[in-house]
Amino acid sequence: MTEGSLIKVGMADLNIAERGAVIKTTGLGSCVGLTLYDPVLKIGGMAHIMLPSSDIAREGQLNIAKYADTAVPELLERLKKKGVSAGRLVAKMAGGAQMFAFMGGGDSMRIGPRNVEATKQMLARYAISLTSEDTGGNYGRTVELSTESGIFTIRSVQYGVKEI
Amino acid sequence: MSLFKNDADFKMDVLREVGNIGAGNAATALSTLLNKPVDMAVPTVSLLPFEAIADRVGGSEAVVIAIFLRVEGDAPGNMFFIINREPARRILQDLLGFAAAEDDMYSELELSALNEIGNILAGSYLSSLADFTGLNMSPTVPSLAVDMAGAILSYGLLQFGTMGDDALLIDTTFLEGQQEADGQFFLIPDPESFDKLFRALGVPL
Repeated sequence: MTEGSLIKVGMADLNIAERGAVIKTTGLGSCVGLTLYDPVLKIGGMAHIMLPSSDIAREGQLNIAKYADTAVPELLERLKKKGVSAGRLVAKMAGGAQMFAFMGGGDSMRIGPRNVEATKQMLARYAISLTSEDTGGNYGRTVELSTESGIFTIRSVQYGVKEI
Repeated sequence: MSLFKNDADFKMDVLREVGNIGAGNAATALSTLLNKPVDMAVPTVSLLPFEAIADRVGGSEAVVIAIFLRVEGDAPGNMFFIINREPARRILQDLLGFAAAEDDMYSELELSALNEIGNILAGSYLSSLADFTGLNMSPTVPSLAVDMAGAILSYGLLQFGTMGDDALLIDTTFLEGQQEADGQFFLIPDPESFDKLFRALGVPL
């Protein structure tokens, strides 16, 4: 990993970055982009969470990056292996939008807010503080975390660029 | 992920025909609406990783106009009608004589017109499919978004999401004259709907 490199995280995927690299995920709709960052070691991780709970999984080989309840502990584990101290971690997140407004439509239509809630519950369980978020609304977001500065940048079509 | 236990090639062919019939009817409806010939490409049926689906419309961050509706009834699923901004302007001009919008801002009237076009097209796609299969398939009220393709399309992948990291997509491209792709129809049946579709069409499971 060289300085200034870019690490992409796909849908239902997670990864970690260090040494000044930027970690990025594109086109978050109802999905949640969560980052955990250690400002001392300047190491960060990102998960692109698609669904709130692995209880609903029917897949043979569980993709643990996909669900809030499995992605958070996995990300934490990967960071700990790099020597990161959980107590120092700063969490930021964005996404969880409701892209389409419907009358009725059932549970799947509220998936964005449910992803946000489930992610927050997991952060609370592991005593990780959520310092800032940009969630909800009805628009898509692309997010990236700089492991150099810890700045979390959000881009959207309607609202341009925002840093948290 | 293998969605079909046996006769996968044949089943994919059947789904291609499903797309052909649905989109064929929708193309006729669009042609009547615009009073112009509208062609369509042969539908493609593919089982794709989630990431690759947005690539079909220019990538996860490409800004597209999408009309989304849920298919309800015997064989539920998700349907998108996706238009790029340039052809959308042309269609609005042809249909309503609107001046072309300069940027990404669309007026309420333009959005409402596009939503109605999506509604008519999706309705004709589904009604021909319902006739063909004898299944009850009805669209919900459509909803429109102008946003990143990845953010929009991920909404249609949730039902597949609990099963794996791929989704089956029936993709049909519309062409107005010899122009580049004007619009695309994506039909993503829920995983449970395939057996019902095949049974209705007399395809052994």
